[in-house]
Amino acid sequence: MSTDSLSTFETAVPGTVHRTAAADASEALAEAIEPPAIGTAIPHDGVSLPDSVETDLSPSDLESAATGVTPAALGIAEYGTVTIPSGAAGDELVSLYTPRHVAVVAASDVVPDMAAAYERLSEDFAAGADTQILSTGPSATADMGTLVQGVHGPSETHVVLLEDR
Amino acid sequence: MSSRREKADALRRLMNSEGETVGRNTRNVNQLSDYAIQRFDDYDEARSAARGIKESAIENLPELIDRVDEAVEENGGQVHVAQTAADANRIVEGIMADRDAEKLVKSKSMTTEEIEVNDHLEEAGYEVFETDLGEFVVQIADEAPSHLIAPAIHKSPDEIAALFNHAFDLETDLSGDPNELTEFARERVGEHIREADVGMTGANFVVAESGTLMLVTNEGNARKTASTPDTHIAVAGVEKLVPSLADLQPFTELIGKTGTGQDITSYVSLMTPPVDTPIPDFEADEFRDAEEREFHLILLDNGRMGMREDDDLRETLYCIRCGACSNACSNFQSVGGHAFGGETYTGGIGTGWEAGVHGLDSASGMNDLCTGCSRCVPKCPVEIDIPWINTVVRDRLNRDAESDEFDFLVEGLAPDEEPGGLDLQKRLFGNVGTLAKVGSLTPGLANAVAGSRPGKWLLDQAFGVDPRRDLPEFADETLREWYGARGAQVSDPDRDVVLYPDVYTDYFDPERGKAAVRTLEALGVRVHIPAVPESGRAPLSQGMVETAREKAEAVHASLVTHIDDGRDVVVIEPSDLAMFRRDYEHLLPERSADRLAENSYEVLEYVYGLLDNGADADALSSPADGDGELAYHSHCQQRTMDLDEYTETVLSDLGYILRTSDVECCGMAGSFGYKREYYEVSVDVGEHLRDDLGDVSDRQLIASGTSCQDQLDALYEREVPHPIEVIAPR
Ligand code: SF4
Repeated sequence: MSTDSLSTFETAVPGTVHRTAAADASEALAEAIEPPAIGTAIPHDGVSLPDSVETDLSPSDLESAATGVTPAALGIAEYGTVTIPSGAAGDELVSLYTPRHVAVVAASDVVPDMAAAYERLSEDFAAGADTQILSTGPSATADMGTLVQGVHGPSETHVVLLEDR
Repeated sequence: MSSRREKADALRRLMNSEGETVGRNTRNVNQLSDYAIQRFDDYDEARSAARGIKESAIENLPELIDRVDEAVEENGGQVHVAQTAADANRIVEGIMADRDAEKLVKSKSMTTEEIEVNDHLEEAGYEVFETDLGEFVVQIADEAPSHLIAPAIHKSPDEIAALFNHAFDLETDLSGDPNELTEFARERVGEHIREADVGMTGANFVVAESGTLMLVTNEGNARKTASTPDTHIAVAGVEKLVPSLADLQPFTELIGKTGTGQDITSYVSLMTPPVDTPIPDFEADEFRDAEEREFHLILLDNGRMGMREDDDLRETLYCIRCGACSNACSNFQSVGGHAFGGETYTGGIGTGWEAGVHGLDSASGMNDLCTGCSRCVPKCPVEIDIPWINTVVRDRLNRDAESDEFDFLVEGLAPDEEPGGLDLQKRLFGNVGTLAKVGSLTPGLANAVAGSRPGKWLLDQAFGVDPRRDLPEFADETLREWYGARGAQVSDPDRDVVLYPDVYTDYFDPERGKAAVRTLEALGVRVHIPAVPESGRAPLSQGMVETAREKAEAVHASLVTHIDDGRDVVVIEPSDLAMFRRDYEHLLPERSADRLAENSYEVLEYVYGLLDNGADADALSSPADGDGELAYHSHCQQRTMDLDEYTETVLSDLGYILRTSDVECCGMAGSFGYKREYYEVSVDVGEHLRDDLGDVSDRQLIASGTSCQDQLDALYEREVPHPIEVIAPR
């Protein structure tokens, strides 16, 4: 991915971005996580979740964890969006129930704009990843008179960007 | 007559109780949205793509329904097509019973409001809870949503706190702190979601090819509703279908920008249910297998297939319900969705939806609140001509009205094409061109009658013309009389133009016409002012479409020979230019409409063009010492056509210092402010304009439209000239 897109992405993400090499991902994740944390497996070579992250989940973990870590399929530079595919591991719930969500995205999966994102999404869907959430920043509402973050979803979002993946 | 008074009372009550909060919130979102659109370079491209996708999807709807049926079934879900609201409710109830369900949670959806599923399920003994916090508030208040996407936009935090404190038995009362209120609602709603047996969502879009739903939220409640309980029911109007996933791209980019003013909403969920997510059972604290998930897609017709066959209402089906047209509407900003609503839908496009799904009656209450100002038009992400839909529905309502005892009186007298039952007030304003012609024969008498107490009394009683508003006064000499006596004064012209003598300029305010003549002549143009009928604006705004069409034909007939002779048509009144450029599309054969549109110009646009092509600006009046500061309010339709910039540029190039207004509309909109039932709304909107313009005691106030001039005149009690009068050579 062009460095241009990466820096656009980094500026556009409404939350903290941690740029890291895959080898140092554990450190970056540790920095992004507030314990207790739950997570689903990261599909990139050489990247694993820190031991403190619970992956064998129960519904009560969803309610009590402070952080949820999931992989993201895509980053969309123009909007600072990540897409969260939902799978049997429970990514959708992990990314939604915890007050902080940490998405892990590979630099090679960052596309410049929405048109490119939909090209990739169409491929993903054809290949079976047919539920993905385009997620941009924390959950929010203005229904109570002013903007409040963290309603049904996270109040804080982090993105761990794997520069060499 | 009493119904006019009742309507005025109802509007006043709503302005007092909800107006301020609605106004603050909608204006805020409207500005954010303007800003988001301004930063989005591809706005127009995305809009035409979106429109194209909707046009073809509605065209191919029956195939798409078959397609999605297959796709959903292949995924393991079920599609039900419901002809009516009752069918849809019956299907929902059947699913609840089959699952032994007791509790259903629901994310925000106007379609489920339309079928009133909450009432239906509650009557059948089920529990139903809204999960969108705005809907949650409205549900507790037992009210209808006030806005397509912000249902509780009419409530302030203090009011919400009072509502919660009253509804729930709390140990300590909640304050009006939005954070505290959100926290409280989140807890309550969260508990309902965890306990629910069934989750119901709407769908912003449904992809036929894959059975994927697009759900757009900021809160995340739709995601939770769809993925937490083991059963998911989605209710969507048939119009939500698009062929493939890629079709969602322009909508993904548009919906946040026009709807809430965000670049993109927090969550755009592309879900293909039943989803793979394991089912959380919070009580047993275990996950169940996703295989046990059940999904039902209920596609609702309820009048939509009929709308698809209806050449004028069809466009309503392209609506993605972003609510932008409501936020951009100055009258909505004043009175809110509870005045602007029918059985379900509110706001700009609400009339179209109500007429289509509930019938004309339900659309009638709000239809008149559209003044045709057109400020919603550039905001609509699918380029729907919302004012035209409102006009068509108005026309149908006119035709639907029952004849009453006065009809024999007017039927023979009024030179229009309208049916007997037409409201007299509408007929009066719709025939203003004829009235002006008659009145101007004896201007002194006409002015005396219109301004007299008996005259005002009669106008009020018979026509609902509010006596608080002064009617415009006839000039002693019409513009055409003046010009006829004077003659053209340019002999070897660079250009020839026809100055369109609109009713107002000709009969009531010839001064601005004279200023236009002097300006054009000073720039080397020869001016002709032939007799041309009224543009049709007056009847059109009353919903008298056939009368307007007849006028349009007559105007075209009298202008086309001038155009053949190479003359340009110059128009002073922006609302008449909007007729030529936009509305005639609907009234004339395409070629005739195009011809007129291409050869017509707004007067300052024309002056700009002349100056740009080398005409000598020194011939015009530039600011003498001390009077160069202006406050300028451009006309709403002029802004929709992007013409305000010409006036602003000409004035500032000549050295004037300009302050402009940002509000959508002055609230006068021609006949609107004269009507007894809307007079106070008009004043309210006008006051907002006054706040926006600020202190103008040190400067001259100018406006491009007659209705705006009237309104500003009344607000500031001073003369408000047209910009052309400022720059015309003395
Ligand atoms: S008519 Fe257009 S602006 Fe209004 S709600 Fe529908 S899509 Fe939005």
